Amino acid sequence: MTLHDVALQQPLFRVESLTKRYGHRIGCADVNFELWPGEVLGIVGESGSGKSTLLGCLAGHLRVEEGRIFYQGRDTLLMPEPERRVLSRTEWAFVHQNPRDGLRMGVSAGGNVGERLMAIGARNYGDIRETATDWLGRVEIASERIDDRPRQFSGGMQQRLQIARNLVTSPRLVFMDEPTGGLDVSVQARLLDLLRGLVRDMGLSVIIVTHDLAVARLLADRLMVMKDGRVIEQGLTDQVLDDPQAAYTQLLVSSVLQV
Amino acid sequence: MTEQSYNFAYLDEATKRMIRRALLKGLAIPGYQVPFASREMPMPYGWGTGGVQVTAACLIPEDTLKVIDQGADDTTNAVSIRKFFERTAQVRTTETTTEATVIQTRHRIPEVPLAEGQILVYQVPIPEPLRFLEPRESETRRMHALEEYGLMHVKLYEDIARHGAIATSYAYPVKVEGRYVMDPSPIPKFDNPKLGGNAAIQLFGAGREQRIYALPPYTQVVSLDFEDHPFEPSKAEHACDLCGSEVSYLDEVIVDDQGNRMFVCSDTNYCTTRQGEGHTGRLSQKGEAA
Repeated sequence: MTLHDVALQQPLFRVESLTKRYGHRIGCADVNFELWPGEVLGIVGESGSGKSTLLGCLAGHLRVEEGRIFYQGRDTLLMPEPERRVLSRTEWAFVHQNPRDGLRMGVSAGGNVGERLMAIGARNYGDIRETATDWLGRVEIASERIDDRPRQFSGGMQQRLQIARNLVTSPRLVFMDEPTGGLDVSVQARLLDLLRGLVRDMGLSVIIVTHDLAVARLLADRLMVMKDGRVIEQGLTDQVLDDPQAAYTQLLVSSVLQV
Repeated sequence: MTEQSYNFAYLDEATKRMIRRALLKGLAIPGYQVPFASREMPMPYGWGTGGVQVTAACLIPEDTLKVIDQGADDTTNAVSIRKFFERTAQVRTTETTTEATVIQTRHRIPEVPLAEGQILVYQVPIPEPLRFLEPRESETRRMHALEEYGLMHVKLYEDIARHGAIATSYAYPVKVEGRYVMDPSPIPKFDNPKLGGNAAIQLFGAGREQRIYALPPYTQVVSLDFEDHPFEPSKAEHACDLCGSEVSYLDEVIVDDQGNRMFVCSDTNYCTTRQGEGHTGRLSQKGEAA
């Protein structure tokens, strides 16, 4: 058995009995799961079910009181802050629901894409610009708009720019919080297409939070259903959506309008 | 109230001690911004309250003080601060760079190389080099602590993308001893190379922002840049019209309504010294052109 095989036999990301409280209220409780390389995990549930809290805890944005989170066998909660920051700007990425939270609105598109490169030590302007141009192309933004500010972009373009900005350092694990929220359906469809292509080409592992079951169906390999901060059902996406076991999941699936 | 009722150099001894502690800490960690309890000074913020407090904390009765404002010894800011210390500390003052032991400066480093034993005190308006990129103080402090300086290069990147070259011409960010990114106060980037390896002690005081930072003698200071857009100290492509110097930093002065202009050394002491030595420039013969 080679070292590579060993790496493949280990989950990329493992969460053990994670609990986050807001005072007496529960943010999310007793969450356990494993994420394997190249896998897309969807987290669905209604508003207030603890999806975003969970994602925030996983990505290190929120403090966690109980539980353990392992990335490639290392406990990220015990990791010193500098190390975790290095992780979050090299091997991890976070796509916010609102592109304004994830982009620097006063900095040009090229600068936004180049920031992560410069943060990890890229010091050649020509190379940075070339990579930025390449990435704008990959997310279908015309290269002549490289010097425009995100303000001048449409909502869909801003979201694509945010994705380019996050993926430019070729991360292994991407957290996405409702990446298609607030976009109209045709733009959503194109964005989903794009995401699916990128996930497959780059072999990304993704944890995606969404309340939109169609998005989950399209992107996720596996699904976790949350209610009141707890995971009530998890399994393969098709299995969960076509044969829901928990009462709440049945309600959720049947609430979707069939067009 | 008579002037005798002030303590030596205006500030009380406890305050000076507090400032000296901050200065020592600053010298121990070059480029690190040390918070200090900045006092109200009898002048408005923006006029050099930080520099004045640092100077007051450094002065001893044997010192000789020089004050420069944008290179000049005879502008309002320089004259009033010099008078302030003449009255409150009775120290000798001078306009000659080489004679001074303490030099308080606003936005220039003297042309004449400084020597060991001299102290250069800068007035700093905004000590945080990341401020215009990241408005949250809590976040910029964390960025300094974790050496997250990618953002600084984003600023330079934006300059090149918009202007074709790094257009930042003053307050050009530097990295100190490979660790802290520092704002050198609004000195022209022409002066940046003089920050590093300087024999004098360089102290930076920001009164309103309540920060002190420092460069001990012979500190390594590197101006940030890109491999393919290296840092270039720039100055006007002229010689001084009064003393003929081709290596000093120049001010451009409009001399009439027809748009005629002249270039003169911004360091007035350097210029007059050279004129005294017999050097002449383009407009020297015509007498007082400006």
